Amino acid sequence: MAAISRDDVAHLAKLARIEMSEAELDHLAKELDVILGAVARVQEVAGADVPPTSHPIPVNNVVREDVVRPSLTQQEALSGAPAQADGRFKVPQILGEE
Amino acid sequence: MALNYDQAVAKYEPTLGLEVHVELNTHSKMFCSCSTEFGAEPNTQTCPVCLGLPGALPVVNGKAIESSILIGLALNCSIAPFSRFARKNYFYPDMPKNFQTSQYDEPICVNGYLDVEIETDEGAKQFRVEIERVHMEEDTGKSLHVGGATGRIHGADYSLLDYNRAGIPLVEIVTKIVGGTGKYAPQVARAYVTELRDILRSLQVSDVKMEQGSMRCDVNLSLAPIGSGALGTRSETKNVNSLRSVERAVVGEVVRQANRLETGERIVQETRHFLEESGQTRPGRSKEQAEDYRYFPEPDLVPVVPNSEWIEVLRATLPEKPSIRRKRLQDEWNVSDKEMASLVNAGLLNVVEATISLGADPARARSWWLGEISRLANEKEVDPISLISASQVAEVIQLIEAGELTDKLARQVVEGVIAGGGTPVQVIAQRGLKVVSDDSALMIAIEAAIAAQPDTADRVRGGNIPAAGALIGAVMKATGGQADAAKVRELLLKHLGKGE
Repeated sequence: MAAISRDDVAHLAKLARIEMSEAELDHLAKELDVILGAVARVQEVAGADVPPTSHPIPVNNVVREDVVRPSLTQQEALSGAPAQADGRFKVPQILGEE
Repeated sequence: MALNYDQAVAKYEPTLGLEVHVELNTHSKMFCSCSTEFGAEPNTQTCPVCLGLPGALPVVNGKAIESSILIGLALNCSIAPFSRFARKNYFYPDMPKNFQTSQYDEPICVNGYLDVEIETDEGAKQFRVEIERVHMEEDTGKSLHVGGATGRIHGADYSLLDYNRAGIPLVEIVTKIVGGTGKYAPQVARAYVTELRDILRSLQVSDVKMEQGSMRCDVNLSLAPIGSGALGTRSETKNVNSLRSVERAVVGEVVRQANRLETGERIVQETRHFLEESGQTRPGRSKEQAEDYRYFPEPDLVPVVPNSEWIEVLRATLPEKPSIRRKRLQDEWNVSDKEMASLVNAGLLNVVEATISLGADPARARSWWLGEISRLANEKEVDPISLISASQVAEVIQLIEAGELTDKLARQVVEGVIAGGGTPVQVIAQRGLKVVSDDSALMIAIEAAIAAQPDTADRVRGGNIPAAGALIGAVMKATGGQADAAKVRELLLKHLGKGE
């Protein structure tokens, strides 16, 4: 059985707001399935004694002091924005959500 | 015919769930060193981390972890020996990273409870609200929807984003299902949020101001026919921004859902928005199409593994439970339930206690903080405790008790201190605000007043004591209000042969 269906890919594309053609969906569903299949092989290798790892280095409790340091200026913060107004990032209208 | 609240709860059993978000009062953000100060110019408190720029690496604020553990301990939770952050992915411009760093299946605190007391028909009754989890996350940016008629998203032409708030530490406290409240669901919800607010305030981890959004409540509610033992479909009401609104939102949803069920309509699992004016809710986005958040462990942050020594050090700093402390102080000060509630609601309990512990009379300390100082704070739209310190108020009160200041002069001293005139003693010296208590100085003013109004003086001599008011007024005026009126009255009447 396929690890990921064409419908799954269409759903993920929608969540990520990526428009995909029918041909792209067909193509990606197959390709992602191969990738997931490979990852599933790795999962088989990990025994019960190997905990799920989210960080490559086994280190815990790295924290910062609660001290304020200078931020970017407003100009610096907005310098990469495609559009801005009133010192704020300007984004297109958001449809169908609230 | 539509059911009202009483009819609705006679037929249906409400089940509650409450999610409370609290902004922590750390100086810097959750994962970067930007300031959390409120009210700055837009986008002046951001950096590559909270703007989600490529390559930026977050590091957790240690104080925020401590605050979260303190909250868990105060809510009788277990502190997880291993806890991890997770990415909550969604596509919405309030988070520039396209995900919110939160916690998912490994929260910092789990399985607690909070006991609350409410008034029932059979007298005071205790309810236990069980806590599912306390987890750490970050606040989102602020959106401004421009265009359209309503300022809402629908119909807006574009949105403007300010990311100063994005990344401010947030703690979410989630209850388990709260059942068995019957018709008291609204009171239990309010009592829980009230008690939670008081606990958070006593821990000094947040300024817990619901109206300003530093504490926000979502109310989950479902109904099932009484005795059915079933759980109905729930709605989640957001935008509940005051304690009173928590109670009203529960009432509103019970009535709305009961009436839908009565007419055979289905309850839709959805997010609803509370409308402050009407107490009703309106639908928001439907949860059936809600995002699949695709949570996964945050690879840029390392796990939080609190050791038991650290936890015990924090446990030892837990303050007295607010409900117990309130009862103790109310007994010590001998004040009414109503006055106690005013002090608690105004957030003045700590400062009043501090003022009293510095030697001020309890009744005067309460009345100065609740009265004059609160009034001045209201005018300036600031917090009373930001205006003047407990020790300064205690000093003023002690001067009143020593007879060196009248209430009127004391008000001028307090105003002077608030205006930045220095300590009370400095303000008194600068403005010459001392009570004229020297009898001979007062007698000169009294004799002058009698000489100016001989007819009035004769009426007083003839036994018309109230007529003395005009003479006392003249003396007060002559001394610039710096005399003690009671003292003037005593000396005047004695001089006119009407003394005690």
